Amino acid sequence: MSNAGATLQRERVATSAVQSLFPLKVRRLVYSVGKQRLIDGIDLTIEQDRRTIIMGPNGAGKSLLLRLLHGLLTPTAGEVCWGETPRIDQARQRQALVFQRPVLLRRSVRANLRFALKLRQYTRAEREERLRHILELASLSSLADRPARVLSQGEQQRVALARALVLEPEVLLLDEPTVSLDPVSVAAIEDLLLAAHRRGTKIILVTHDMGQARRLGDEVVLLERGRVVEHSPALQFFQQSNDPAAGSLCKGRKFVC
Amino acid sequence: MLTARLRRAWVVLGLTLWLSFSGTGQAEERFIILQSTTSTQNSGLFDAILPRFQTKTGIEVRVVAVGTGQALKNARNGDGDVLLVHAKPEEEAFVAEGWGVKRYDVMSNDFVIIGPANDPADIAGLPRAGAALRKISQTQAAFVSRGDESGTHKKERALWKVAAVDPLETGATWYREAGAGMGATLNTAVGMRAYTLTDRGTWLSFRNKGDYTILVEGDSQLFNQYGAILVNPAKHPHVKAGLGQQFIDWLVGPEGQSLIAGYAIAGQPLFFPNAPGGE
Amino acid sequence: MQDFGQAFALALQLIVSADPALSEIIFLSLSVSLSAVAIASVIGLGIGATVGIVRFPGRGALIVFLNALMGLPPVVVGLLVYMALSHAGPLGWLHLLYTPTAMIIAQTVLVTPIIASLSRQVIEDFHSEYREQFVSLGVPLKTAVAALVWDARYSLLTVALAGLGRAVAEVGAVIIVGGNIKHVTRVMTTAIALETSKGDLALALALGLILILIALSVNATVSLLRLSASSRAYV
Repeated sequence: MSNAGATLQRERVATSAVQSLFPLKVRRLVYSVGKQRLIDGIDLTIEQDRRTIIMGPNGAGKSLLLRLLHGLLTPTAGEVCWGETPRIDQARQRQALVFQRPVLLRRSVRANLRFALKLRQYTRAEREERLRHILELASLSSLADRPARVLSQGEQQRVALARALVLEPEVLLLDEPTVSLDPVSVAAIEDLLLAAHRRGTKIILVTHDMGQARRLGDEVVLLERGRVVEHSPALQFFQQSNDPAAGSLCKGRKFVC
Repeated sequence: MLTARLRRAWVVLGLTLWLSFSGTGQAEERFIILQSTTSTQNSGLFDAILPRFQTKTGIEVRVVAVGTGQALKNARNGDGDVLLVHAKPEEEAFVAEGWGVKRYDVMSNDFVIIGPANDPADIAGLPRAGAALRKISQTQAAFVSRGDESGTHKKERALWKVAAVDPLETGATWYREAGAGMGATLNTAVGMRAYTLTDRGTWLSFRNKGDYTILVEGDSQLFNQYGAILVNPAKHPHVKAGLGQQFIDWLVGPEGQSLIAGYAIAGQPLFFPNAPGGE
Repeated sequence: MQDFGQAFALALQLIVSADPALSEIIFLSLSVSLSAVAIASVIGLGIGATVGIVRFPGRGALIVFLNALMGLPPVVVGLLVYMALSHAGPLGWLHLLYTPTAMIIAQTVLVTPIIASLSRQVIEDFHSEYREQFVSLGVPLKTAVAALVWDARYSLLTVALAGLGRAVAEVGAVIIVGGNIKHVTRVMTTAIALETSKGDLALALALGLILILIALSVNATVSLLRLSASSRAYV
């Protein structure tokens, strides 16, 4: 692992020398469908080192924002700027997104990971080494040759996360990755996230789960009806919760704030 | 990328097709296409005589059986080497227009009118086909026509003319056009309990007769002449004139004629060879 | 009707005795239809994948057109191919009329829209499931198409089977362009038509039973394949 970590560092130095992805600047971002402004003028600056949590009630536009940040959707107005990267698809190549429902290929776990690895110019030996390493890291070694889609939801999400991590992205975007998972699976995913962050990966996580936000978050962005209503350090967010929206979100949850 | 792959697929497809036809379409191959009629095929005559020709000459005769009208049209398009059909006026026109080289009389049989045993129009034993048809129209008994421009259909229409009845003009519901080959028309007639006109050969070899019998036969109007024509290589240079002529010569020659004479079902000959100088 | 009992007995006897004339007809039927389906799969899958994945102007109209072509009557296809391959037609110089190749061409024309249309639907469904993930991963188009086709292979196999069913059962096209020539272009369906027209209903029905038997066994094989695939959640 330390070995792979070292390679990772070298790559990061090389790429950041070209163009940094940070700070991420979102300016007057609007996304509408028909006449509905689902994202309604978001301004946001996000720094590299923090684990950013995006929260908000259903329909607040959390998933949309994540897709706009990743360039899966084209904004109706405004812009998303990843540092000095001129084009969002260039930024996207240095990121990975984990969806709420994992989209795995109809193949074995190993083949799913290999599929992702083959998208990069690795030699066969490198590829197999990374594959072995990530399987171990995500505790998937014993499941490697099982068809990915017969695994439990939690295991599938672990595969999806492993596939995201195996390409060693600089930014990891996650859209409620642990919703409807059992506590053990949730803990496994969170451990992987924290480990990735320790290796220098930027984390942007959408979640409903207050407990998870507390465990993982350095800062919280609170969305409501397509707007940012609060953007503050986690400690401050959870202690004060003076914003009525944040307060009501807290009370509305069954999780302890 | 995708288009490059598609283009490659097209090339492969083209190659495959070229390879598969290059093996079958060469003019030197020892086979001819015989455009003939369903009545001849259904009678079983070809199965009886063609293997003998092939054994002797090594020439395979590939029979395409359609109605006489369709056979003439196909031959006009050059899709055949030899015709064996039964509609003398059209055959003569075919040769006169230059599509065929020469017409040869080959054999004959006769048409018969068949119907159910209870014979609702009471035509059994009538000597004249025209009179029988007139009675069918008068009693409005069901009649099934080939309706496919075949030799049999042309003959049937000629007989209605003799009977001075136009079954189409009266808008008759008893007159049905099957638009099908001889065998299929027989199936239809038996199924509908209707009368129909058929050549004797097909009738004798037909296996789904039910209680049907021959009711009218022997009228000279019912004579059915078959002729063979070589498609004119001057019009269609790819016609295998040599092999085709060899087949016609064999058909009208002693061996072909005696084989035709010898083909019988239940002791009844189906065709009577009548090529001049054949026997 | 005593024809049924007779037909079953005859069919059984023909199969058990491995009647050479029958074997020849079955072999030709299968090789013509399988070739046609193979060629139609290459073309149809190419069209289906392209239309299923790529957005372009006129795509909706093309889909409607492809769907409409699925119902193309075999006789019409037969007639069109006859007119093309006839010596008086534009492709007459190929000397293909009344050959198995002509039958393969006709059935390919008949089956390609079916495979294109059905595989378009399959690929499009898979693509809408995979699209965002593929964009996120930065999968190039060529790799994406290959992955979609591979992952959809069991569904596409069923599509090819639908094409095979249509090809092997049709009579209208092959009888026109093949001519139902004994030992050359006589396939199961044209043989059935011929035996029916001879009034030999038992033999026709026996041939029909064998055709059904072949269709059944091919279907059963694919069903088993799909079953084992779905146990791995691959369908």
